[in-house]
Amino acid sequence: MEDQELTQEIKPPVSTKGPGRWLKENLFNTWYNTLLTCLALVFLFFAFKGFLTWAFTEAEWDVIPANFRLFMVGSYPKEQIWRVWNAIYILSVLMGLSAGLWGGLIFRFAVALSGVWFISALLPVELSTRGWCLGAIAMIAVSFFLGRGRTGLRPWILGGWILSFPVIMVVLRGFGENGVLTSNWGGLLLTLILAVVGIVVSFPLGVFLALCRQSNLPAIRWVSTTYIETVRGVPLITILFMGNVLIPIFMPGLDINQVLRMMIGITFFSAAYMAENVRGGLQGVPSGQHEAAQAVGLNYAQTTLFIVLPQALRSVIPAIVGQFIALFKDTSLVSIIGLIDLLGVAKSVIANPDWLGLQAEVYLFAAVIYFVFCYAMSYASQDIETDLGVGKH
Amino acid sequence: MAAQENALNDPIIICEDLHKWFDDFHVLKGITTSFQKGERAVICGPSGSGKSTFIRTLNRLEEHQRGTIIIDGVELTDDLRNINLIRQEVGMVFQQFNLFPHLTNLENITLGPIRVRKMAKSEAEAVALSLLERVDIADQAYKYPAEISGGQQQRVAIARALAMEPKIMLFDEPTSALDPEMISEVLDVMRELAHSGMTMLVVTHEMGFAREVADRIMFFDEGVVIEEAPPADFFDNPQHERTKLFISQTLQH
Ligand SMILES: Nc1ncnc2c1ncn2[C@@H]1O[C@H](COP(=O)(O)OP(=O)(O)OP(=O)(O)O)[C@@H](O)[C@H]1O
Ligand SMILES: [Mg+2]
Repeated sequence: MEDQELTQEIKPPVSTKGPGRWLKENLFNTWYNTLLTCLALVFLFFAFKGFLTWAFTEAEWDVIPANFRLFMVGSYPKEQIWRVWNAIYILSVLMGLSAGLWGGLIFRFAVALSGVWFISALLPVELSTRGWCLGAIAMIAVSFFLGRGRTGLRPWILGGWILSFPVIMVVLRGFGENGVLTSNWGGLLLTLILAVVGIVVSFPLGVFLALCRQSNLPAIRWVSTTYIETVRGVPLITILFMGNVLIPIFMPGLDINQVLRMMIGITFFSAAYMAENVRGGLQGVPSGQHEAAQAVGLNYAQTTLFIVLPQALRSVIPAIVGQFIALFKDTSLVSIIGLIDLLGVAKSVIANPDWLGLQAEVYLFAAVIYFVFCYAMSYASQDIETDLGVGKH
Repeated sequence: MAAQENALNDPIIICEDLHKWFDDFHVLKGITTSFQKGERAVICGPSGSGKSTFIRTLNRLEEHQRGTIIIDGVELTDDLRNINLIRQEVGMVFQQFNLFPHLTNLENITLGPIRVRKMAKSEAEAVALSLLERVDIADQAYKYPAEISGGQQQRVAIARALAMEPKIMLFDEPTSALDPEMISEVLDVMRELAHSGMTMLVVTHEMGFAREVADRIMFFDEGVVIEEAPPADFFDNPQHERTKLFISQTLQH
């Protein structure tokens, strides 16, 4: 009994961290902080008052629902819209299955997306749209329950994600005259396609370039370095203009449409920055790691794949995701070439005489959409960092 | 010494006139020696004398520019196949442990067997667990290296090397980065390994360990072996002035 008394564990002191205490410690701890807090509150009050008054009394939000289709898909023909929904359904199934298989982050995204579809279905939209929305929820839900616990499916689903890219492109494009020409792709749809293709292709390309720049073979190192430095020395907008003009000249036989040209430009541009981010991570891996891997008998490819890249990449997740976010926003530059992406739609709506003088409403709406996607990426990056135990082990 | 007598004409490592330069700096200046199967050699000498460089040339972490190295009948050349073959035969333990921080202790050990020896995962894990048992830290298998002490990390590193079933183990100052109270737990493991008949080359300043375990002590100075002898002779009857000075200095501490 006595022994037990002696070895009884001492609990750490309870930390008292309520919101009240937080306020007191951070905002009202000294007289001048209290003063600053009050001034800031007064300022915020007036700023928000102005904004809220405008938003609820003056702003003409009709412009958004009236042009909603344009914002989402540009001039994608209405009778072909089932193609977009089919693409969404492919992704919904993959997402539901992944949510069931992995849970965590992807599960939360699946729930959030279902929420978006649910709210959309409640809005005053056409009956068919409402049906498509509810169908998407059903897809996610059903595949979630199908995927749950079947860990053996994981490699298949990963393969499915990779395969989904070309499949979705074909679904969206269709064939020949019966399909939808890429010149009709627009709005958020085009923005997302450009961004996703850019991210998914530029990431491995960037890793490859970074590895080449670290190579022992001078020729490979030189080619990679030259590429990276050249691309980084030119503004994206110039590359997009050049791609638009030069790609048809260099490959006259091939019919490379404008969307594809922009994809190539964005991807090659982003890859150069990605390579530098990854190189930063590669340099942070101590030489002892290479040596230990070699001593165990791993060859170069195995050392890179299992030892160096996992450590290098996780240490530069913030920089890499920063690059993804930059790329996402940079897709808006294609509107200068004449493609009607989300920002392009915003511009054309403002130019429409029916909706004159509504810049604030339209740009605010576009800004919110950009923000939602960028924030989702940022959120995912933080979550992945916690998951991988960055800074812990 | 028994091992040495049994297998006197069965050298597993042969070095002939080994030279190594870092740019213009001549680090190894003609080392000719051989090690018998089961021999335990301790390598000592002042800082910068080329001890680490020497043992690192034996598994090609450093390239030598002149002379030959033959390990278990295979000559170390630029031929990548030979290098990979030899690395599978030769395990190495580093001063800074060099565990893979993003893998658990168990994964650190199973990586080589799975990827290099193409062993099934379940089998590799069983082997790894028994090795962790052997180095007395089976309870740390599912932790990450950063979550265990330095002495435990070094024992994981030893288990990682042993998992490849090497014929030779190289140790480069395995206890120099450890707090005093952890040194003995690592030396205990090494002692056990020595008694199991493993061929071991150990760079260390632990003279007690050297005297007890070594068949031979090699003294390096400025890139050459200036004296080598069994521990009794080496400590009690050193021939070379430089060796005498080194022994008196190290035994003072
Ligand atoms: N990668 C390298 N490039 C250039 N010089 C090096 C390199 N590695 C080691 N050297 C030099 O070679 C010499 C021998 O180094 P080595 O590490 O083999 O010495 P050591 O005997 O192990 O010494 P210590 O007891 O300090 O570990 C030293 O002068 C060192 O500065
Ligand atoms: Mg050394």
